[in-house]
Amino acid sequence: MTKAATREPAHVQLLLTLAALGFIGLFLVLPLVAVFAQALEKGWDAYVAALREPMALSALRLTLLTAAIAVPANVVFGVAASWAIAKFQFPGKDALITLIDLPFGVSPVISGMVFILLFGRQGLLGPWAEAHGLKLVFSVPGLVLATLFVTFPFVARELIPLMQAAGTDEEEAARVLGASGFQIFRRVTLPNIKWGLLYGVILCNARAMGEFGAVSVVSGHIRGKTNTLPLHVEILYNEYNFQAAFAVASLLAFLALVTLALKTAIEWRGGAALPQAEDPGVD
Amino acid sequence: MNQETETGQQQGSNSSSPLGLLNRVLPRRRASVLPGFRLALGFTLVYLLLVVLVPLSTLFWKSSTLGWAGFWQAVTSPRVVASYKLTFGAALVAATINAVFGLVVTWVLVRYRFPGRRLVDALVDFPFALPTAVAGITLTALYAPNGWLGAPLERLGVKVAFTPLGITLALTFIGLPFVVRTLQPVLESLDPEVEEAAASLGASRLQVIARIVLPALFPAWLTGFALAFARGLGEYGSVVFIAGNMPMKTEITPLLIVTKLEQYDYAGATAIATVTLVTSFVLLLTINRLQSWAARLGTAEPS
Repeated sequence: MTKAATREPAHVQLLLTLAALGFIGLFLVLPLVAVFAQALEKGWDAYVAALREPMALSALRLTLLTAAIAVPANVVFGVAASWAIAKFQFPGKDALITLIDLPFGVSPVISGMVFILLFGRQGLLGPWAEAHGLKLVFSVPGLVLATLFVTFPFVARELIPLMQAAGTDEEEAARVLGASGFQIFRRVTLPNIKWGLLYGVILCNARAMGEFGAVSVVSGHIRGKTNTLPLHVEILYNEYNFQAAFAVASLLAFLALVTLALKTAIEWRGGAALPQAEDPGVD
Repeated sequence: MNQETETGQQQGSNSSSPLGLLNRVLPRRRASVLPGFRLALGFTLVYLLLVVLVPLSTLFWKSSTLGWAGFWQAVTSPRVVASYKLTFGAALVAATINAVFGLVVTWVLVRYRFPGRRLVDALVDFPFALPTAVAGITLTALYAPNGWLGAPLERLGVKVAFTPLGITLALTFIGLPFVVRTLQPVLESLDPEVEEAAASLGASRLQVIARIVLPALFPAWLTGFALAFARGLGEYGSVVFIAGNMPMKTEITPLLIVTKLEQYDYAGATAIATVTLVTSFVLLLTINRLQSWAARLGTAEPS
């Protein structure tokens, strides 16, 4: 065995492990513990009271509504985009893949601001929107638009490499045997991509529910009307109502933990059926 | 579905119909028996246009209305330049910290076995999953002068919250997964036989790591660093609470954009946003190049 020569000495291993765990503990575990500790600082009753407050409930409703629109829309887009990109050859494909990733490179603040430039009073389509009685910024539609923008790539970028790796042989066989397009998708493609799809949905949903910068810019911060949970956290915090802010924040931290748990479970379950690297096989 | 494609193709000859127009505009596909190409690509392009490209293009439209002199003045005023320096510096330091510790964390996760390894592995993505506003208020509470970590540090004379150091810490928090998740698959796929061969030829462990492992990891490492840096430049939620937000001192560029928007100075906000956006696109392009370099190294190396 050449193990000794390809492994670090035991004390080095211990040192590196401690450094890694120390860093993780300081930067990841401590904040996680702190959220819940701060939320429960004044006891369970105060915690529950902060969550049952009408403004918190309306923020929760708006967060759920936003995600309920943004996630399905981006799923439909992700499936369509990956079907076109992975199953067919056409010029400009690489450029299209790059464009799909674009929103990841845009600061959240700018993601929100472009909708103000588009639909705000001085905006490009502002006069048009006003003439038609549409209020598209500082309103719920504005929140949904900004959320659609920031969560745009999540599903597509999981599905594209997965469908590319699966190739077209199975679908072509199904076609030759007489299956319709919908049958091919449901019976052949979907089983191959279901874990990747679920993975994308979970990440997309986490971002949709947790987005702050973009929705903060377009919301106008109208309490009880255009406040999602993260915006409600900000308002409570800026009012020095720290315990309530952390109580609401703990809901979002819990969502983050559920997201991580599901994500990990999918990675274990569907390990082979997920794209391996960050950006594999974009030929 | 079946019929729909066929109608689409029939109408290709009839160029006055919307589908005929699509047929002329969309690139011709190579013959394939699979249905749905036009529908899928058409929907993809329309959705991309409406949700991403049209909104983003308003930024360039608006900044073109400023005129060169106005644009230049808006993006070079002292307060704006101070915010660039701060944002750039903090993101750079944070990305460097993450490059170092990210490498250590990845190494330990991939190469060593210890209890709780999988839990730690899952936890690495926590900054991705945690809403940025929650990260922001939590880090602020931890590092505030009366916080769990802020209080002992204050006694040592170190102020973290509401200083550039706090901004750097917040950016370190959100940047870690980028480095680890970029390095991890590369380190996992590294062929141990190469290391064994070098060792059996008499190389010391340090030589093997310096000459064989690190060069193979380098493109991915640089990519992770660049991704963390790019994210840091645009980050808002996790920074804005801990930053202090004093003009010229602790005001990051994204916050300055928001401030200008709230004052209805859309022109100023647009100019700064354009600079930020162009910077991050240049970075992304660099990252893409890096990734294809890494991919080429990856296919050339293990043999």
